[in-house]
Amino acid sequence: MSYWTLSLTLIFVALPLLLSKTLHLGLERDTVIATARSIVQLLAVGYILKFVFDSESLLYIFLMVTLMIVAATHNAQKKGAAIKGIIWKVAVTLVFVEVLTQSVLLGFGITPPTAQYIISISGMVIGNSMVLAILFLNRFTAEVETHQDKTELILSLGGTPKQAIHNQLMHSIKASMIPTIESQKTVGLVQLPGMMSGQIIAGADPIQAVQFQLLIMFLLLTTAAVTSVMLGFLSYPTLFNQRMQLLKS
Amino acid sequence: MSIDYKPAVHFNHVSYAIDGNKILKSVTGSFPEGKITTLVGPSGAGKTTLLKLCNGLLSPALGELYVKGQLIESYEPTELRRLVGIALQSAPMVSGTVYGNLALPMELQNKKLSEDAALQLLHDVGLEEEFLHRNVSDLSGGQRQKVSIARTLVNQPAILLLDEITSSLDRTSLKEIEELIVAINRKYRTTMIWITHNLQQALDIGDFTWVMMEGEVIETGESDLLKSPATEKVRRFVKGGAV
Repeated sequence: MSYWTLSLTLIFVALPLLLSKTLHLGLERDTVIATARSIVQLLAVGYILKFVFDSESLLYIFLMVTLMIVAATHNAQKKGAAIKGIIWKVAVTLVFVEVLTQSVLLGFGITPPTAQYIISISGMVIGNSMVLAILFLNRFTAEVETHQDKTELILSLGGTPKQAIHNQLMHSIKASMIPTIESQKTVGLVQLPGMMSGQIIAGADPIQAVQFQLLIMFLLLTTAAVTSVMLGFLSYPTLFNQRMQLLKS
Repeated sequence: MSIDYKPAVHFNHVSYAIDGNKILKSVTGSFPEGKITTLVGPSGAGKTTLLKLCNGLLSPALGELYVKGQLIESYEPTELRRLVGIALQSAPMVSGTVYGNLALPMELQNKKLSEDAALQLLHDVGLEEEFLHRNVSDLSGGQRQKVSIARTLVNQPAILLLDEITSSLDRTSLKEIEELIVAINRKYRTTMIWITHNLQQALDIGDFTWVMMEGEVIETGESDLLKSPATEKVRRFVKGGAV
């Protein structure tokens, strides 16, 4: 795609701008900022990726993945501000998910150990893990607040913090995993995944594109489960003190 | 409290604060063993906070708190909360049946409550056998409160804390709960600490009473003190409560 052709895609930005202006939605400024940021960020990433792929340096791969984890942690931890030390809990979870998935992929030779695969797949895994962390923290914070009386009921009957928070924790884990599972049920029927579509547009064999898409989807299932369960079990103890009292946020 | 009874709970200059806001200010006094003591006072007096300190849902910021002669910190939190039960105005339930709620305290200890034991508990609180498998969402306010008290009794607490358990009940249910509490007190010699806004209830049911205002204990003694308070503050409060 030439830069001229690319610039023509701004028609798709002009349309929402026009609608926002006409209907007084007040979204013009945000739309312009979002467009400018996506152009700058994606072009920058494109050039960086080209440099890293060409260099094939392990250090650059490591730095890229670290940068992704730092940015994802920063974004996700905002939703769990009430949980003590949430930044480290999110960071540990993301690192664990990344190490786990890459170990399986590279260890079993499912994907080749090249920057092209490691960075692309890491981006999808970390990005998905970040969204899952946000979904989980949103739900868990709300569950704890809404069911404070039930938590204190279990504690007052002689239950431990783990018993007192069990239902809220399980509901939050389940709720954060549902979107991933549901989207997989309708894949191919309602939506064609972005990565698969991109590969097909770039001229890849559709069957091979589907195979890679299946790999990614199964990977994201593990990402969803591990992220929510691990973050949940790392987070709940900080809601209580040594005397098994529920700490008010 | 100038009464020669063995204290079940003793406060020694206990203070509690949240974010620098003093909720309890150097509270000192005892709750006699085997007796019913009512806690009365306007909203925001610190009564619920005082109750939650007794079963370790909160900890004092300053001072010492003794339960059955032992410093409260010397108890394991789970052990303390089985010894000191609490029933709340909202009578929170876990979803499911009455039996599920009654079995909860045992399940928390990985034990099972037999149906016979559950039926005995229902009998103790004046509910028919047929309630055992009824869904808690189908219970009236008074029935919920009875199940809540029965559930607390599963742990056989020596001390029972009651936080405005009759304030949202109709007159018939209120009388039933009052009779139930007195019966439990007589049968098991359970020490009762009962927060109530109903001063007539404090007079009728309570052996002793504490009058609290703005985090301080203003007067304590036998419940009759509400008929002839020693301080102007309490006189004004009682007048408002129309005893």
